[in-house]
Amino acid sequence: MPKTFRELAAANRRNSSLLIAVMVLFCIVIGALLGGGLAGEEGVAAGLAGGAVVAMISCLIGWYGGVSTLMSFHGAKEIVKADAPQLFNVVEELAIAGGLPTPRIFIIETDALNAFATGASPDKAAVAITTGLLAKLDRDELQGVMAHELSHVRNLDIRFSMLMATLAGGIVLLSEIVLRAGLISGGRRRSGRDNGNAQIVMLLIGIVLSILAPLITSLIELAMSRQREYLADASAVELTRNPRGLASALHKLSGDQTPMEFSKAAESMFIVNPKVGLRGGSDDLFSTHPPIEERIRRLAAMQR
Amino acid sequence: MPVGIILIAAAVVIVFFAIAIYNKLVRSRKEVDNAWSQIDVQLKRRYDLIPNLVESVKGYAAHESGVFERVTKARSEAMTARGSDARIAAENQLGGALRGLMVQLEAYPELKANTNFLQLQEELSSTENKISFARQYYNDTVTNYNTAIALFPANIFAGIFHFSSVELWRIEDSAERNAPKVSF
Repeated sequence: MPKTFRELAAANRRNSSLLIAVMVLFCIVIGALLGGGLAGEEGVAAGLAGGAVVAMISCLIGWYGGVSTLMSFHGAKEIVKADAPQLFNVVEELAIAGGLPTPRIFIIETDALNAFATGASPDKAAVAITTGLLAKLDRDELQGVMAHELSHVRNLDIRFSMLMATLAGGIVLLSEIVLRAGLISGGRRRSGRDNGNAQIVMLLIGIVLSILAPLITSLIELAMSRQREYLADASAVELTRNPRGLASALHKLSGDQTPMEFSKAAESMFIVNPKVGLRGGSDDLFSTHPPIEERIRRLAAMQR
Repeated sequence: MPVGIILIAAAVVIVFFAIAIYNKLVRSRKEVDNAWSQIDVQLKRRYDLIPNLVESVKGYAAHESGVFERVTKARSEAMTARGSDARIAAENQLGGALRGLMVQLEAYPELKANTNFLQLQEELSSTENKISFARQYYNDTVTNYNTAIALFPANIFAGIFHFSSVELWRIEDSAERNAPKVSF
């Protein structure tokens, strides 16, 4: 069993590194194109450097992003063991099974049924669950759900989605800044030089890319998000050695349509899609979560 | 001349390779040791919980003195056991005695209404889970390590550096495989 999961996780990690590399490259190339488009040859070097700086800062923000802001956004309160001893024990047991430090645990007061995880690395991790869900699940189901969330931490899914989000934001920011600077300067360097056409072309390509890049990477990122949900389910079973717990919990989750406030940044880290109407998940290109029935079916197939 | 350079380059590559493999194996071995000590931590937790448990239920279940004694005796035997085989056997014994006790106590409705007891029951059950997850993690790290030293080409270097395989934690005591017997 461990080898198969390891292969899945390794493939995941490769794809993620590749996608991040592509994003960073986009950032640098767009920077160079926009810089060149506005200021000719000298602009290319400056644009390149600018793109690299934006990429670097985005990565740093994504890597070291904090837990507290996301938690307070959702009205989550951190608990100590005395507040919810069974929940605490369940999470602690899973941390031992995974050889991880025990994450911080938060509770959200709402009837909606959901749980999410955050934290760019296992030692900065936190998990949250709604009071609604906590009341509805038995111990095995709770362990399945928490194992799924802890697996997102363990598989570094959170770090990946934070990096993608900040890089995409960086690209948009880059193009906005450069375009604004370009409009102000009025492109006065273009007159009379052969480079004029080349510059316009570079500028146009740069603009088109900066519009397309977020869209393309968004589609890829969503497809990967769906894959990562399956992987998190499988990793949860690797931890608990009990597919039934999670399958049963997912079954309970599939019926609920109670609305809840959530941050779009954390959408893919919830166990089921928090958007009302999308709870069931789908194979749609723009869906962050795969269909729940398919997730349950794959878990049932693991039952021996 | 060129042949000499190629040979030197090849040697350098091999050395770097060897270092990378050695470090990976060391890390893997350390994780195994870490996992073993984690089991120890959980076993000690169990020792600490037991006196509390026994004290809180003695009042309710006075007739069960035989079971309490068995648990207390098994506990002290486990704490003083030396050598891993003896230790494993003693711990399995303690686990069995505890399970037997908890099953017996199911028959006392007053206990189920006592929140103190319920908390202790959750703590004990969680501790048993933690011991079992710690063993699971230990076996996972051992499997990783044993696989790492068996794969080619790492196995060549594993032999040179004297990395040998580690035993998995198996259920030693056949008694543990059996469900606890309830005796009234």
